[in-house]
Amino acid sequence: MTPPPALEVAGLAYAYPDGHQALFGVDLTVERGERVAVLGPNGAGKTTFVLHLNGILGGGAGTVRVAGLPVEKPNFAEIRRRVGIVFQDPDDQLFMPTVRDDVAFGPAAGGMRGPELEACVQRALARVGMAEYADRPPHHLSFGQRRRVAVATVLAMEPDLLVLDEPSSNLDPAARRELAETVRSLDVTVLMVTHDLPYALELCPRSVILGGGLIVADGPTKELLLDAELLAAYRLEIPFGFDPGRA
Amino acid sequence: MGAGHTHKLYRHGVSRVHRLPAHVKLVAAFCFVLVVVATPREAVWAFGAYAVLLAAVVGAARVPPGFVLVRLVLEVPFVAFAVLLPFVAEGPRTEVLGLWLSESGLWGAWNVLAKGTIGVAASVLLAATTELRALLLGLQRLRMPALLVQIASFMVRYGDVIADELRRMRIARESRGFTARGPRHWGVLARTAGALFIRSYERGERVHLAMVSRGYTGTMPVADRAGTTAAQWSYAAALPLAALAVCLLGWSLV
Amino acid sequence: MHVPDGFIDAPVSLAAGAVAAGAVAVGLRGARHELAERTAPLAGLVAAFVFAVQMLNFPVAAGTSGHLLGGALAAILVGPWTAVLCIAVVLLMQALLFADGGLTALGVNITLMGVVTVAVSYAVFRALLAVLPRGGGGRGGLGAAAFVAAALSVPASALAFTGLYALGGTADVSLTKVATAMVGVHLLIGLGEAAITTATVASVAAVRPDLIHGAQGLRRPLELRTAAVARPGAGGGGGAGAPGADVPVAAAGGGTGPADGPQAPEAPASGRGPRGRSTRRIWAAGAAASLVLAGIVSFYASSDPDGLEKVAGDEGIAKEEKEHALSDSPLADYGVEDVTNTRLSGGLAGVIGVTATLAVGSGVFVVLRRRTGPGQHSDQGSDQGAGGVSAPPPATRQEG
Repeated sequence: MTPPPALEVAGLAYAYPDGHQALFGVDLTVERGERVAVLGPNGAGKTTFVLHLNGILGGGAGTVRVAGLPVEKPNFAEIRRRVGIVFQDPDDQLFMPTVRDDVAFGPAAGGMRGPELEACVQRALARVGMAEYADRPPHHLSFGQRRRVAVATVLAMEPDLLVLDEPSSNLDPAARRELAETVRSLDVTVLMVTHDLPYALELCPRSVILGGGLIVADGPTKELLLDAELLAAYRLEIPFGFDPGRA
Repeated sequence: MGAGHTHKLYRHGVSRVHRLPAHVKLVAAFCFVLVVVATPREAVWAFGAYAVLLAAVVGAARVPPGFVLVRLVLEVPFVAFAVLLPFVAEGPRTEVLGLWLSESGLWGAWNVLAKGTIGVAASVLLAATTELRALLLGLQRLRMPALLVQIASFMVRYGDVIADELRRMRIARESRGFTARGPRHWGVLARTAGALFIRSYERGERVHLAMVSRGYTGTMPVADRAGTTAAQWSYAAALPLAALAVCLLGWSLV
Repeated sequence: MHVPDGFIDAPVSLAAGAVAAGAVAVGLRGARHELAERTAPLAGLVAAFVFAVQMLNFPVAAGTSGHLLGGALAAILVGPWTAVLCIAVVLLMQALLFADGGLTALGVNITLMGVVTVAVSYAVFRALLAVLPRGGGGRGGLGAAAFVAAALSVPASALAFTGLYALGGTADVSLTKVATAMVGVHLLIGLGEAAITTATVASVAAVRPDLIHGAQGLRRPLELRTAAVARPGAGGGGGAGAPGADVPVAAAGGGTGPADGPQAPEAPASGRGPRGRSTRRIWAAGAAASLVLAGIVSFYASSDPDGLEKVAGDEGIAKEEKEHALSDSPLADYGVEDVTNTRLSGGLAGVIGVTATLAVGSGVFVVLRRRTGPGQHSDQGSDQGAGGVSAPPPATRQEG
């Protein structure tokens, strides 16, 4: 018997309380160990989609399963351990007074204490190369450093599915490369939501396009990026001078 | 209010006062000010004694006296109030420097000035020797409800972030040639405030999402390590106890 | 207002501390009921907002400027429980971090600026909302109610101060003088507070009406759509065909823009009539109340022959922004507050003063309302877009 896929989304639809409908029936299956990019222009419903993966948003139509476990209220604690979401703005994610407290937040909420917690924090920070910043307040770090600490806060929970929301936004080229190295070194299923096409190509063999609240394309990243008409229809653009065929 | 370790009045240093646990210092400062406030205003010498006590703490904390004195400008508004008191208060009047002033008003002015100044000085000292995070932990140890401590720590964490947003909005306004000059521009400023509220509230929602995503269910994990020794308590108690002695003496002499 | 140490005697300070603690405890329960587990981050961010918005300077005239106190605004936007908590936390941190307001006077300050302003403004706000006509989706009533609530909250706080002063004041000034001066000055401050609060509430109402406490969001039924999934890996035909088939979907996506738009375009048109009428009625009532109040209070005060009434209000009505080289934090602007004084002599003068104040204040209010009318829409998209997790701005969707 094959294990269930890491992520299974079927017929997912959602409207915000103000009446604006963002998702219209999303279907997506991600196998264990895959790295998949979810591409789409601003306003395509990417963030809304992400918030359904650990049950923060819900109550619309459709189902989401993480490694076979349905994302429903009784399972929230386990789902939120399994699904680690790194949000777009690290300032939203780093809400504790120091980096150490922040990385410790997730495991501590899960009941971890004492030396075990400290070791877990150190391990997570080491994986993103931020171990020496443990006692700094997040506000004093650079944007790239904050983004990496945000990744560490999620890694500390040892998730099975790592979800990155626009991971490359506002990063300078060096920070961007460092983050890519960090992501590649992780042995987890990765779902990366972005409109940064070269970054998707660099990190994810497979991509899907989310447009108008639906998955409208699914295939190898390189082939999607070579389909100029498809990209143009969804306001996705390859940066000037970048040739996906040769990358 | 730099988030995390420092804030505007904080002055980094190494001293016994800096090392005292924050809750001990909070209790000591509060009791001290309370005693000062309860002192009869006629005991003029007592306030001199309080000032000497505070000066001793300044010495022990190795805070430059000038630092504390400069921060006393905080009380300028009520100095102005105190100056007015002798003119508006009731009772018999007396002549001072050619002005016909109310005696009780003069006492009132002295009372407000002396107690207010010592109060501000004590607060400044507390703030100057206590890190922000320690202060929050101290409040928690003093049994302030955990939720209130959390609210305070979020306010502290995001105070700068939001003030930064406000500043960027002002720069954006000014870059487009708008400078508020009078009440007719309040509408624009109020819209700034409205936008700031929406941003703050939405950030609050996003922060909550980020917390929930990491397993938050309503209580914060407490990371409280060190305990407090009796020696620390007694060291900190020296200030309010000395003040209490002065105060009692003041009452018995008046 | 920030009462310093020594202004109110120790027993009354402690009693006010007990009142404040009680109010905060009730606020904690209420907020937990309203916001559940979201209390800490939301109240924390709103507290940070109140803190930041107090640094927003509103120029008055000749180099003086005022700033929002925020009690009424917080009460209207986030409800009374959360508002009390937020203001209490702001005052606590101001006392501890900035030595602003005495440690022993913390209870007095929380009672005056948190409890009284919030309670009065919220009670008035809700009462008026219930009474006022609900034209224009309630938007007109909202503005008028916010104005009166904020305008009354400030003098109410001043009256409460007078009450505390009567119990535990340390300076020998006649109560009527304190009351006259405090209420007189604060009527004026209240009008400024009211104008700013109303405009701020209006700007929030225009963009996120659902964020205003008590306002209800609208729900529409979900719509399900289907689209062919392009699979470029499967062959050239699929890739070429899919975008063609998808264009209508994208267009339909754009079509939802106007559909959720009605709340916006509708407002200026249908809101005007009823709002104008209800505001006028409220204005008249408020003006009459202020005149009567000022007349009575000033009458008593004027029985003192030497009617020199000056109050140094460290109300923050005039706060000078001092930017010094040392400052690296925006909070370093947290400057020294100026002194304002008011001279009222005799009952007649009080009435005349209030009349003039009301005239100026309502003039400002009218100007503000005119200005908040159009112009708003251009800002909306960008403000909201920057805020962003929830609804993406309509503009970007339509382009898609």
